[in-house]
Amino acid sequence: MNDTNAMNDANVNFVELRDVNFAYRDRTIYDAVNIDIKRGKVTVIFGPSGSGKTTLLRLIGGQVKAHKGSVHVDGNDMADLSRAELLKLRTRMGMLFQSGALFTDLTVFENVAFPLRVHTQLPENMLRDIVLMKLQAVGLRGARNLMPHELSGGMQRRAALARAIVFDPNIIMYDEPFAGQDPISKGVLVRLIRLLNDSLDITSVIVSHDIKVATSIADYMYLVADSNVVAHGTPDDLLANESPRVCQFMRGLPDGPVPFHYPAPDYAQELMQS
Amino acid sequence: MLDRLQAVGRYGLDFFESVGRATLFLARILCAVPRPRQAFPLLLRQMFNVGLLSLLIIVVSGLFIGMVMALQGYSNLARFGTTDALGTLVALSMLRELGPVVTGLLFAGRAGSAITAEIGLMRATEQLSSLEMIGVDPIRRVVSPRFWAGFYSMPMLALIFNTVAIYGGAWISIDLLGVDGGSYWTNTIEAVSFSQDVVNGVIKSFVFGALAAWIAVYQGYDADPNPQGIASATTRTVVYSSLAILGLDLILTAIMFGDF
Repeated sequence: MNDTNAMNDANVNFVELRDVNFAYRDRTIYDAVNIDIKRGKVTVIFGPSGSGKTTLLRLIGGQVKAHKGSVHVDGNDMADLSRAELLKLRTRMGMLFQSGALFTDLTVFENVAFPLRVHTQLPENMLRDIVLMKLQAVGLRGARNLMPHELSGGMQRRAALARAIVFDPNIIMYDEPFAGQDPISKGVLVRLIRLLNDSLDITSVIVSHDIKVATSIADYMYLVADSNVVAHGTPDDLLANESPRVCQFMRGLPDGPVPFHYPAPDYAQELMQS
Repeated sequence: MLDRLQAVGRYGLDFFESVGRATLFLARILCAVPRPRQAFPLLLRQMFNVGLLSLLIIVVSGLFIGMVMALQGYSNLARFGTTDALGTLVALSMLRELGPVVTGLLFAGRAGSAITAEIGLMRATEQLSSLEMIGVDPIRRVVSPRFWAGFYSMPMLALIFNTVAIYGGAWISIDLLGVDGGSYWTNTIEAVSFSQDVVNGVIKSFVFGALAAWIAVYQGYDADPNPQGIASATTRTVVYSSLAILGLDLILTAIMFGDF
């Protein structure tokens, strides 16, 4: 009974990052970061390039471990899980990579069927039905016999999305899903993400630069910069935020707290030297 | 001066760190217990890619090296009137040394570089991360089949190389140079010891196969996920494998055939 209540309670955090520190060699990516991702909501993480947005998805997926602090996903402390437990937990997570990451030697059908073949012993006709249902959901049932290189970038991501939802996961993470997409593909992806989130009661985490699209789809947003969360709130909260840093990002201004110029000595002085 | 010392020190530390990581990586491959139903088809497929597709270059090289060996051997042995020993010369050179070593070098160039490039590209295009997120261990799914395919394919390729080379040498010796066929084959069969020459050659091939495959999969897995990173990883595979095979061959030859 309690579990059911917890599942239905939208205020329950599906993912919790507490005081997370993470660094690649000498470069600090996160310094005492706290992020909550609510169950059943679409949360958008945005920020400048190289601010570690993709790393956040890797932390949630357990592909990298926090150096300090804790990452909890669906009540599991990611640091305590054994490799086998982690692989099992990941079957309840879907991830859409920036490049789609379809297996290039398999057809679209086999790509979507892959997780089922690896983790289940379903009879072939049942497996076929599930794969066709997922492909139908992303509009690619007719493209099932094509190889990934025969698909456009947008279609590759949709095929990868079909693969990501094949186990009806509790959470889907999208890494820059709109990058390099034409307006039609972008519109299709936005509709699909919202549809999947609402109809399957999935928790969605989107890493994106595209403020316009992000604000249209997000229930909640986090702005990550300089190794920390700079601002968070609903899209309306952030649009109304008057801090120069948030304004620069939300309005796409070329100069501001994030400077246009890479750090360099004085321009006039350098010209005089020559 | 101090800078140079520092650079040498850093290079040394990087080298040992890399060897340590490669050893841990090998331990993970060896500890990845395969699930027969899924692992066997994957192994067969990789043996096709790694072994069968290397066959052409192995057969052609074996044929030519056997023929050249016969020509060179004949011109030298003729000076001492011992052309009967030509078959022995060709067969022992092939079985003991050239077979495993040349097959190993060709294997590193043909199959090793392909394995590195393939795994490196799978990393660059996030296919390995994608496997992890699907709940599949990429070591078990991608790396292990390629490693074991290299391990099992190399001895077979070396045996084929030896057979083709010995027949190539015989063709040149008997049909072109006029060496007596009966004494050629009799001397060869008498001189070659199965336990000493053939088995030791096969052991060498297993070792070189494991070495080349280990270097290839590690370099691919550890490659920087960008075009330059993959290109240099592929080069490293060929260079390191070749050097390792040549160095280890000297040690193995000293152990197997050295009289001390």
